[in-house]
Amino acid sequence: MVKKMIDFTEEQLERYSRHILLADVGVEGQIRLSSARVLIIGAGGLGAPVALYLAAAGVGTIGIVDNDIVEVSNLQRQVCHFHNNIGKAKVESAREKMKAINPDITVIPLEKYLVADNIREIIRDYDFVVEGSDNFPTKFLVNDACVMESIPFSIGGILRFDGQAMTIVPGESACYRCAFRNPPPPDAVPSCSEAGVLGAIAGMLGTIQAAETLKFITGAGSLLTDTLLSFDAKNMDFHKVRLQRQDDCAICGKEPSIRTLVDYEQTTCGI
Amino acid sequence: MSTITTDASRDCRNVGCPMNMVYTKVELAKLSPGQVLEVILDDGPPINNVPKSVVLEGHAILEKSRCDDGTWRILIRCGKK
Repeated sequence: MVKKMIDFTEEQLERYSRHILLADVGVEGQIRLSSARVLIIGAGGLGAPVALYLAAAGVGTIGIVDNDIVEVSNLQRQVCHFHNNIGKAKVESAREKMKAINPDITVIPLEKYLVADNIREIIRDYDFVVEGSDNFPTKFLVNDACVMESIPFSIGGILRFDGQAMTIVPGESACYRCAFRNPPPPDAVPSCSEAGVLGAIAGMLGTIQAAETLKFITGAGSLLTDTLLSFDAKNMDFHKVRLQRQDDCAICGKEPSIRTLVDYEQTTCGI
Repeated sequence: MSTITTDASRDCRNVGCPMNMVYTKVELAKLSPGQVLEVILDDGPPINNVPKSVVLEGHAILEKSRCDDGTWRILIRCGKK
């Protein structure tokens, strides 16, 4: 173990000193972070804090997928994009900030939509996926693809003052479909006027996802597996709901009915 | 001077907290359980803090002695991994 150790520079030892000092992370954990490959899906409200914290943490290779450009309405919560980035591709804007925090990491910007036809090939290159999209079709697509490829992932969502997150280790823990079965019907999805979100909620949920990612890579603590964490920030109530794998789950059950990926119809306003 | 054989050494004179602990952990990470690391620490917070932290992480302090220049020499037996 020792002999193969990555030689951190003096600057890196200082940069990561607060990780190395943690008994549950240490030198070995930081080496694991440096060798890890994480894909962030969405460079928006959730993806922004995830991108910044994973970059700061020294995750060696970070892919980030998004096909949007920065708009002024994003800036209230998507904290990796700045006013002077309006009009720029979100993945490029995110990459700039990540590299500015930590020039040692590799950032792979993927300016594209994730669809049934390309997702499996894209996620296959990564050890862990962080799903931070703004819509249910993508969440289900990511869930199904990660289960098919056996890639652990964190999935999160925010709306108004509320957030939800769960971590899935395919083959071991309940997946998103075990909890939610199918995307909600269009009339159950909030209308535009109902779809506001308090900016800081994105940071709360995104940093939970970033922490789950770092815990998964380093092996520290226990993950939000078989658990749905939800919070209502209006009253600062946090709840954990225990989940179980479902034998009849369409993707991770005993006899999965989903054999190929499909693109569901987009039904939401962009959050 | 002790007769304990050391397997590695790190001079942490003029290195404040917590970087002295970071360097100590880096050296310990290179050792196998049972091997011995020598660390030289400044008086004051370094000698007060580093040995305690090392013990909390499952290693053992075999020896702690004052050097002629007022610094401290500690010998750590690498514990669990």
